[in-house]
Amino acid sequence: MAKIKGAVVVDSERCKGCNLCVVACPLDVLALTTKEVNKRGYTFAQTVLEDTCIGCASCATVCPDGCISVYKVKQQ
Amino acid sequence: MTREEIIKPENLVYKKPTLMNDNPMHYCPGCSHGVVHKLIAEVIEEMGLENKAVGVSPVGCAVFAYNYLDIDWEEAAHGRAPALATAIKRLWPSRLVFTYQGDGDLACIGTAETIHALNRGENITIIFINNAIYGMTGGQMAPTTLLGMKTATCPYGRDAAIHGYPLKMTEIAATLEGTAYVTRQSVHSVPAIRKAKKAIRKAFENSMNGKGSNLVEIVSTCNSGWKMSPAAANKWMEENMFPFYQLGDLKDKE
Repeated sequence: MAKIKGAVVVDSERCKGCNLCVVACPLDVLALTTKEVNKRGYTFAQTVLEDTCIGCASCATVCPDGCISVYKVKQQ
Repeated sequence: MTREEIIKPENLVYKKPTLMNDNPMHYCPGCSHGVVHKLIAEVIEEMGLENKAVGVSPVGCAVFAYNYLDIDWEEAAHGRAPALATAIKRLWPSRLVFTYQGDGDLACIGTAETIHALNRGENITIIFINNAIYGMTGGQMAPTTLLGMKTATCPYGRDAAIHGYPLKMTEIAATLEGTAYVTRQSVHSVPAIRKAKKAIRKAFENSMNGKGSNLVEIVSTCNSGWKMSPAAANKWMEENMFPFYQLGDLKDKE
């Protein structure tokens, strides 16, 4: 059966750490940083469970700042 | 398969719309404005109207909308966006003309302009962001503030005996002869965002096809004004705003 693999890329300098993507992700792929901040002083979203992502783009759809790009491939 | 193998241009399924530029947005983290900006950019791109769209930005948080979307913009005086949009559309009928207004701009100071532009059936689209509060000025009571809702100027909650009742602009617009499509949407979840995008697309198509005026209300959050986290604000909106501001199409003149 074909398996779908996804990857998200977060523009961490644009991210404001609103946490909406983390809430929207059905598989808990994303989480906010706890210690690191970007140039503007916000904590930002990052991938914590890389292998789990299915590229559904829920995170990118709800992102108010358009920081997230989503990639998806179907593995045979 | 490694992450590097997946991240290739041919595998891209979602990215920031190209009409939205790289300027960092001044909106608070988690503000609904960003999502609506993104939807407008996506719809304009899909319709191929990049060079034909003219937006009219309001006074309010979205006053700097022209900094973020690379289309033509006009900045209107407070509440006067529908009047300005009327002028642009009449002088330049081939253009897609839309206004982007908040509840303070559209439902308070600009009530007359909004109602008359909609009633005249001008071929424009009004995007109405309703977050039940004056966000930019510091969270004061707006005409759309819910009964019992606490704001900076009604700290004990809105009381009908003192402050009157919340105004349902979209219901009023649905009763006007000139409107073609009147709908109320939200952007709190992925399905809601998809529906809102369809609604914006339909409204833009109507205004390009000369069917009349269109009003798309987006029930939104103002997490800073409501003093909540963005996720909690979405939940509060679902529990408190949606029973009063019910989502769905109010009028659709096919």
